[in-house]
Amino acid sequence: MDLPTGRLGVWWVIASEIVIFGGLLASYVMNRIGHVGFGDQAAHTNVWAGGFNTFVLLTSSLSAVLAHAAAERGDGARAAKLLRYTTLGGAVFLVVKGFEWTHEIQAGFTITSSLFWSFYYTAAGLHAAHVIAGMVIMLIVAASAARNQHLQRVENIGIYWHFVDLVWIFLFPLLYIAK
Amino acid sequence: MSHEHAAAHEPSGLLKYVWSTDHKMIAFQYLFTGMAMALIGGFTVYVFRMQLAFPGEAVPLFGRVSASSYNALVTSHGSIMIFWVAMPVLIAAFGNYLIPLMVGCDDMAFPKVNRLSFQIFFLSAVLLTASFFVPGGAFGGAWTAYPPLSTSGVYNQTPIGATMWLVAVALEFVAFLLGGINFITTTMNSRAPGMRMFDIPIVVWMIVIASVLFMASVGPLVAGAVMLLFDQVIGTGFYDPARGGDPVLWQHLFWFFGHPEVYVVLLPAMGIVAEVMAVHARKRLFAYRTIVYTAVATSIISFFVWAHHQFVAGIDPRMASLFSVTTLIISIPVAEMVFVYIATLYGGAISLTTPMLWALAFLVEFLWGGVTGIFLGAAGSDIYFHDTYFVTAHFHYTFFPIAFIAGFAGITHWFPKMFGRMMDERLGKIHFWGTIISFNLIFLPLFITGAAGDHRRIFDYSGFPDLNLPYLQNLRIMATYALLAMIAFQVVFFYNFARSLRGGAVAGANPWKATTLEWLAASPPPHGNFPVMPTVYRGPYEYGVPDRADDFWPQYEPAGPAGQEPRLGAAGHGPAPSGAMAAPER
Ligand code: HEM
Ligand SMILES: [Cu+2]
Repeated sequence: MDLPTGRLGVWWVIASEIVIFGGLLASYVMNRIGHVGFGDQAAHTNVWAGGFNTFVLLTSSLSAVLAHAAAERGDGARAAKLLRYTTLGGAVFLVVKGFEWTHEIQAGFTITSSLFWSFYYTAAGLHAAHVIAGMVIMLIVAASAARNQHLQRVENIGIYWHFVDLVWIFLFPLLYIAK
Repeated sequence: MSHEHAAAHEPSGLLKYVWSTDHKMIAFQYLFTGMAMALIGGFTVYVFRMQLAFPGEAVPLFGRVSASSYNALVTSHGSIMIFWVAMPVLIAAFGNYLIPLMVGCDDMAFPKVNRLSFQIFFLSAVLLTASFFVPGGAFGGAWTAYPPLSTSGVYNQTPIGATMWLVAVALEFVAFLLGGINFITTTMNSRAPGMRMFDIPIVVWMIVIASVLFMASVGPLVAGAVMLLFDQVIGTGFYDPARGGDPVLWQHLFWFFGHPEVYVVLLPAMGIVAEVMAVHARKRLFAYRTIVYTAVATSIISFFVWAHHQFVAGIDPRMASLFSVTTLIISIPVAEMVFVYIATLYGGAISLTTPMLWALAFLVEFLWGGVTGIFLGAAGSDIYFHDTYFVTAHFHYTFFPIAFIAGFAGITHWFPKMFGRMMDERLGKIHFWGTIISFNLIFLPLFITGAAGDHRRIFDYSGFPDLNLPYLQNLRIMATYALLAMIAFQVVFFYNFARSLRGGAVAGANPWKATTLEWLAASPPPHGNFPVMPTVYRGPYEYGVPDRADDFWPQYEPAGPAGQEPRLGAAGHGPAPSGAMAAPER
């Protein structure tokens, strides 16, 4: 096989994550189809905050791509810098999410309010946990890339970040837009 | 890459056993943890079978069994045997031990991930064992953890134990997901030069396919487990109808994993049996490629049968018919594999060594499981048999061959490689016959009591006049006595194991005259496995080769002088046309 060992490992992780999120989202969709009025609650979610976060995540994926390109050229310092921008994007995403959740909870929508809100917090929370994990790993990768070491890891963490991004692309319409 | 990981990096002294990243040491850690958990699982079954035979009497070493401790014992038994015995022994222990040796490399692709995987697994085993000792005791809601029994301490009466069970199972899943990374990348990327896809020994194929199957099926259940955990500790209502949730959702998520899981453990077991049969019958594995394709097909079909566990859960009858059909269809590839194995034996020079006896017994006993599965796969008869001891007998005729019979076949076959000594054949045969006879005496009676209406998970039949008939009670007592006999015969195994470690005859590198790469390494293999990395020249099962002094032709042995001997095709295909050279083509 031609795939490098590290990248194979990343694909394995992503494949296992896809089925996890797949199971959660399939359960959510089945519930929505099965229960009249289930989706009405989605009207309370803040589409603007969600939309802004989608934009932030997509942009952060762009700098991950640029970081990969820099790593390919052997420019570890630039790759590290771009990865830190990506991490910053993740941080902005989390801050917005924090404001959003605070607002929802103050309005009385908590994880136990109804099945919709249970799914909302569980799915978005699981996703946010992945964002945090990705940021931590990214900073570690950036630190070694800055010293021009393990440059192939730049691509691997990028693949993972695109996956986190992609999950959000599914979550956003399902949780925010479809009313 | 694994090469940066040389012998010098290996920790020394006692630490070697805890922090080793060597695949063989990790395999042993899995093997011995699995064997220890089997003792716990065995102890629970001893207690509750004693209760069924002699209800209300104090069980020696345990005391009186209450209704809720009975539930906890049964639940722990099922969970332990599947998640902490079958999986770690068949997949993790054999996978870790065999894959690098059989594909001819020095270690797994990610040795540190490998160690982490065991450590998480070990933590999960500790957590599960500890749950026996918390207030309320171990979880009692059955290994399937159906809500509402599993969601609320009000129902399961084991509030702490239930959460510990769930977290332990989740950690176990993470451990095996991490393990799979290594199995698949090592097999894809670290094969010895010359080893093509169809030169890979069948057991490696089976473990890799099982790992992919596990990865693909377990995800939805991980999500389901998070939801269940939130129901338990935060008070969400994912599975609570009063709050808009649906308990049957859990059943779908559970069995979408649960049925493929049967094949996750079955495939490695069939792989082990195939290796043992080829070696001890001196025959090329019949239809080797077909076995690989069949294993893949079985894995795919296994995703379309899960609702046969829900025939009585109020599903649409049209859906029930559909799942009956798919369930019956999956018996075709499984039966095909059994026939292929019989064809391998046909005309072979069978030597009835202990490993071979276990391999043969696997086929015979597993057949019983498969045949009785047909009764349960047909929705009409399952509605009667559901949750009776008939079901219990059925899946034990499948799981016992998988987890124990194939396990013993593997341990006795590879013991000389693992420890450099032979096991005692006479003790091995005593253990074999004792185990097989008592196994049948335990479970054959349960088909009868089940067909008579014995419902599972009743801890004392004396409260049910219709089931408290003397002939049924006698059958229950018979099953319990047979269990005591089986436990006694396991002492023979442990004695043989311990004694052979030091006192067995010295094995040498290749005592069974086998062809695959692991037999090239010294017994036991040192850290790094091979003195010189091997090259592969042919398929893995060249036994009974004509025109050779030996009746076998190892994968690692170059052709004779001037390439006189033709390169044989991949196993399952005849010799390549003469003139083909020994140099491997890709
Ligand atoms: C050969 C084809 C097989 C068929 C047609 C089959 C069919 C079934 C069906 C329909 C049930 C549901 C019974 C009920 O609860 O009413 C069942 C239960 C079960 N089967 Fe199988 N099965 C097969 C093979 C296996 C194998 C190979 C294993 C294990 C290695 C296995 C393990 C189980 C277990 C553990 C249960 C019990 C589920 C529970 O706790 O309720 N089966 N089987
Ligand atoms: Cu099933």
